[in-house]
Amino acid sequence: MTRWTKKDLLALYDLSAEEIQLILDTALEFKKVSERRVKKVPALRGKTVVNFFVEPSTRTRASFELAEQRLSADIVNMSASTSSLSKGETLLDTAKNIEALQVDLIVMRHSAAGAHKMLAKNLRCGVINAGDGAHEHPTQALLDMFTIIQKKGKLEGLKVAIVGDILHSRVARSNIWGLIKLGAKVTIGGPATLVPKEFRKIGVRVCDNLKDTIEDADVVNLLRIQHERQRESFFPSVNEYANIFGLNRETIKYLKPDALVMHPGPINRGVEVEASIADGPQSVILEQVTNGLAVRMAVLYLVAGCLEK
Amino acid sequence: MKTSYILKNGRVIDPSRGIDRKMDIGVREGKIVSPSKIKDADVIDLKGLVVAPGFIDMHVHLRQPGKTDSETVRTGTRAAAAGGFTKVVAMPNTSPPTDNPGTIELVKRIAKDEAVVKVLLCGCISKNQEGKEMTGIGSLKKAGVVALTDDGKCVQNHELMRHVLEYSKSFGLPILDHCEDEKLGSGGMMHEGTWSVLLGLRGIPAASEEIVVARDIILAEMIDWKIHFQHISTSGSVRMIKDARKRGVKVTAEVTPHHIALTDEEIKHFDTNYKMNPPLRSEEHRRSLIEGLKDGTITVIATDHAPHTETEKLVEFDYAPFGIVGLETAVPVCMTELYHKKHLTLSKLISKFTVGPAEILGLKTGLAEGSVADITIIDPSLKHKIDASSFFTKSRNTPFDGCEVRGKAMATIVAGNIVYSCIAGIPGIVAHR
Repeated sequence: MTRWTKKDLLALYDLSAEEIQLILDTALEFKKVSERRVKKVPALRGKTVVNFFVEPSTRTRASFELAEQRLSADIVNMSASTSSLSKGETLLDTAKNIEALQVDLIVMRHSAAGAHKMLAKNLRCGVINAGDGAHEHPTQALLDMFTIIQKKGKLEGLKVAIVGDILHSRVARSNIWGLIKLGAKVTIGGPATLVPKEFRKIGVRVCDNLKDTIEDADVVNLLRIQHERQRESFFPSVNEYANIFGLNRETIKYLKPDALVMHPGPINRGVEVEASIADGPQSVILEQVTNGLAVRMAVLYLVAGCLEK
Repeated sequence: MKTSYILKNGRVIDPSRGIDRKMDIGVREGKIVSPSKIKDADVIDLKGLVVAPGFIDMHVHLRQPGKTDSETVRTGTRAAAAGGFTKVVAMPNTSPPTDNPGTIELVKRIAKDEAVVKVLLCGCISKNQEGKEMTGIGSLKKAGVVALTDDGKCVQNHELMRHVLEYSKSFGLPILDHCEDEKLGSGGMMHEGTWSVLLGLRGIPAASEEIVVARDIILAEMIDWKIHFQHISTSGSVRMIKDARKRGVKVTAEVTPHHIALTDEEIKHFDTNYKMNPPLRSEEHRRSLIEGLKDGTITVIATDHAPHTETEKLVEFDYAPFGIVGLETAVPVCMTELYHKKHLTLSKLISKFTVGPAEILGLKTGLAEGSVADITIIDPSLKHKIDASSFFTKSRNTPFDGCEVRGKAMATIVAGNIVYSCIAGIPGIVAHR
């Protein structure tokens, strides 16, 4: 039986297959809690969690907050504009001040890759990564994997396609590591400027057209395309992206009828995915959000449990 | 202070004259003399040690004026002495930059009072290093600069670069170029390759350096004047420079100890002491740099000593400044990586610190009788552990702290004065730590 021994959750790259499985198994228990009439458990009573969002977020932050509340933790919310970072304090000083308030866990989102690693090394309290630059977003990948298992019964041997701006995506990186470790076969695809060939070195199949990327996939995960990448000359126009790399009435015919359609949100309707498909029978987009709560409860519970020892 | 003494029993390696043998060297009144000409002199026994011409580091940031919290001429030259260097070439990106004779005068005056090794100065290529207008190159020459560079920046305007080359040629000043296309890889944090992709850090492609190296070779050939490539980091650069040199184009190149010893994989822990520009490249590039040193394409090893305070470096990887200190680690790192791994002979390695930079800057080097007694004494095999807490530099930003290495500068002699020594019984001006 695997035991959780880490005070931080920084990246799926750092975790073993067993540790990932442990989080997913624990999340299954918490999902049952969320389906009860009384959704609150005392697992984190007496613990203080700070949600420190240096980069703005709405859904991930709401999901973490709710997860903490359902575990009975005390919560403080901070953003970059309410912290001293805007007064020129360094990240480490801000974090040490938070820690000096006897905080147990810091859940942080930051625009700089690796910011969590620096904090985790220099702090006694636990650090949970809610997204760091283009590096990792481990809880998003965990909830994606949890959703796939709920729908398909397993991950091992499944073909998962990730489509879009892989280069700038922390969701893609965490998914790639997590999926590979649990035995899924990963294909990435999209405009060649945004799909780094270097991922082949870790066993990922790399395509530059939508048909090859998705045609035998069991799951398609569509990433949000950011408009500013167009200005940086990564692709010619949102319109062209929607026509050529978007999942629409034309391109969905490449997809197996039982393939799942996923999206980490927020969706650009009509760009990555046409509205009717996002709302259609193959879509599990809202279930991902629901499962996110259970996965984050599991992560908080496991990391907090480790701090006690 | 001893004014005359004999360095006895050392293995003298003087690449300028092809000498590598056991012999004694006399020093009197700051000059090298035949030992037989000194009577009743003190004897310094150097059995087991190598006696070499004074090492020159042609790429150092002393940070004065303007950034004295990270380094000063006083601390930087002490670090140089402790690292075995008798001369350093200070880069001009101080605050204000040395783009005019007045600032050059200021730094010269500070160096006269504070420096323990010789400090040579560079002038900027462009005013305020903005890449727009040429500096007063003739006046800078009169003020005593040995070369021109916008190090840290790179002139993007090809026409300006062409005119600078033509104009500086008439004053005999070589150009030292930091080659980087500012658009290709803008906002980059590390080498673009497998690790930048896996870590989600913005990459700086090898092409960013190589495009400017290609441009410079074309211009150096067109104007027939000297361009020295600073801190070359890619296999493409080595290939192009090798070809250009074969055709007689007046180009030379340097490499840093860290680009020889380390690769981009080190960045996987997001330690900002591995963040520098040009970035640490992949293993393939690292091997090409060593090949370039072996076949003579690269004639200089220079540290790019770039001190930054702990406060500046202990931040998110994206926000940390580029650069690491190097003066006190260059000799051990190069001895370990190049000599003990049998890539270069001792004589060849020493030439990269002596003959190589001297030729480019028009300086004298060598231990012939009558020469100025600038001497570096090395133990080529001493095993030790690098300890950043004992550094003379004001800053501690090194990736080599705690590394087990072989080889060490044991004493540094500048114009006959023993500036630094960790040889038992031989005191230096700079106390050994």
